[in-house]
Amino acid sequence: MKQEELKKSKEYKYGFITDIESVKAPKGLNEEVIRFISNIKKEPNWMLEWRLKAYNRLKNIKEPNWQKPKYPKINYQDLYYYSAPKSAQDKPKNLDEVDPKLLETYKKLGIPLKEQEKLVGVAVDAVFDSVSVATTFKDKLTEKGIIFCPISEAIQKHPELVKKYLGSVIPITDHYFATLNSAVFTDGSFVYIPEGVRCPMELSTYFRINASETGQFERTLIIADKGSYVSYLEGCTAPMRDENQLHAANVELIALDDAEIKYSTVQNWYPGDKDGKGGIYNFVTKRGACRGKNSKISWTQVETGSAITWKYPSCILQGDNSVGEFYSIAITNNHQKADTGTKMIHLGKNTKSKIISKGISAGYADNTYRGLVDISKKASNARNYTQCDSLLMGNECGAHTVPYIKNKNSSSIVEHEATTSKINEEQLYYCNQRGLNQEEAVGLIVNGFCKEVLQQLPMEFAVEAQKLVGISLEGSVG
Amino acid sequence: MLEIKNLKTSINNKAILKGLNLTIKPGELHAIMGPNGSGKSTLANVLSGKTGYEISGELNFEGKNLKEISVEKRAQKGIFLAFQYPLEIPGVNTNNFLKTSLNSVRKARGEKEIDTLAFLKLVKEKTSELGIDEKILSRQLNVGFSGGEKKKNEILQMKILNPDLSILDETDSGLDIDALKIIAKGVNSSRSKNKSFLVITHYQRLLDYIKPDFVHVLSDGKIVRTGCSELAEELEKTGYQTIN
Repeated sequence: MKQEELKKSKEYKYGFITDIESVKAPKGLNEEVIRFISNIKKEPNWMLEWRLKAYNRLKNIKEPNWQKPKYPKINYQDLYYYSAPKSAQDKPKNLDEVDPKLLETYKKLGIPLKEQEKLVGVAVDAVFDSVSVATTFKDKLTEKGIIFCPISEAIQKHPELVKKYLGSVIPITDHYFATLNSAVFTDGSFVYIPEGVRCPMELSTYFRINASETGQFERTLIIADKGSYVSYLEGCTAPMRDENQLHAANVELIALDDAEIKYSTVQNWYPGDKDGKGGIYNFVTKRGACRGKNSKISWTQVETGSAITWKYPSCILQGDNSVGEFYSIAITNNHQKADTGTKMIHLGKNTKSKIISKGISAGYADNTYRGLVDISKKASNARNYTQCDSLLMGNECGAHTVPYIKNKNSSSIVEHEATTSKINEEQLYYCNQRGLNQEEAVGLIVNGFCKEVLQQLPMEFAVEAQKLVGISLEGSVG
Repeated sequence: MLEIKNLKTSINNKAILKGLNLTIKPGELHAIMGPNGSGKSTLANVLSGKTGYEISGELNFEGKNLKEISVEKRAQKGIFLAFQYPLEIPGVNTNNFLKTSLNSVRKARGEKEIDTLAFLKLVKEKTSELGIDEKILSRQLNVGFSGGEKKKNEILQMKILNPDLSILDETDSGLDIDALKIIAKGVNSSRSKNKSFLVITHYQRLLDYIKPDFVHVLSDGKIVRTGCSELAEELEKTGYQTIN
């Protein structure tokens, strides 16, 4: 490896490219391409109709422009909307049939699918560009009646569930990127937990963008039936490329009566280089509906990657006594930008929401928390607690907090706390005096700052996330 | 062990230490007393390597020129500073901090990292030796600690890291008599023929419990008098004004 490459790979260790032959849809966005995607996925006609409806809608709407991070105009006709490893065309039936090159890729990313199948703990769905390449632990989950499979498979095998719930939380008319996703989504995970079942292991999807000039549009749908529980985690990485790549995912969660969904994200897409060249545009729509009474949805996100992160994992608290939570760490370094937060829509009685947001900015980065707490007329005794803390490192970065509160019910209680602090030189000196070097000291202080959120992550990933927090800020203090 | 020759320091062009000389041999305990603003804390900071000072003169520790060594490297080489105002670090578990710290010192010494079990055993031993409540270690580092707890925590860290040179910067200020005894116990039980101490204090009170080999009086950036422990008693009676 050349010195330059070596240096680069130290900064972002997931930046390698897998050299694999792929099948692509023709470049550009048009009806033909949508038909191509639908056809290659052997979708039923209703699905194609659904996509076309979204596409027709898309023609009449514009990209939103209220967000803080601005980005150059995206030429949607210059992108590939479908790219899949050739070997994954004939869907492998089990891991032994999966292309060794793909298995090797996931191994390099720290997800040894083959070994993972033998270890108890986490079931993984691995999505490579536009297709799911492997799902582990299927048998064990099937025993309990749990469905965990690529969404393209669910469309064929469980059309009644998909038809009922897809687009029920994020309608195809929602906004530009959500609509774009509805038209061209390629793969993603589908989860259904039957009534009364507690999912015995963490479910996890690992997303990887590999091909160049390709957008990734995954779609995830999770349904927790009455009285069920599931904890789900997604991880994401991409190679280092000089171009900006678009990632516009939609994630929908539905929790029925007494059900609970815990959704964790560790987002580490390629952030671009030190000068802000390249990196992923992470424009994601995530929304959960607490449709049943006493239901609960909890979002935890650790956002360290992407050139621009723009997402607001939200909860619609329809059921009485339902609970929504949002725990977030957003770290931006160099020229990264993040505009992230949540929306808590209180509709039912006695609904509760909690927002804990930790934003860290270093270098020339810009970090915005934007959140909405909306308490409707009928949401008696609704309760919200919001805490937004920002930590600044250096003099060139920015932190912003934009909380919106709409309250139409006088019996509700809404609390908002916010702090902004700079990493304290004296704290660093204290740590140094105890033998910790600068990087260790920063890692320690920042992890302390993020602790309330890190604690929410499933055990298996908390350690990984802690390390990631340290790595993301490497070189940010002189 | 420590050799300071003609040390001059200034911060923002304001001279603080103005030609300080001090030699500490292995096994010795030196006390530095002096009025407010005489440069006591500056001396502690400069020895630990805190940045922001302009320094001239010689600073040697175990034969090495300290001026070229960073704060963390000095700590790893065995210089410990018990802070006058220990810092609060929210979210960081005290035990975890102490273990990380011990391991970086051990690594620098070429020793193996200590595992959690052995570490907890060490902590138990040291806390019970000093009579410190173990519970403070499961709390966030110095967050919500009383003044006394913070200082005790400093001494506990000193015991665990087992440095060659311990600098105590007014560790006795604001302590009640029980806490003071714990601090003294921590120092006295660590004294040996190869461990040295520099104890900075305002009051003679601490020196009732810790017997120094030498007492120095620092005034206006220089050591103006050196004597045995009797000097401290004299100062207590007459105050600093008669010194100059």
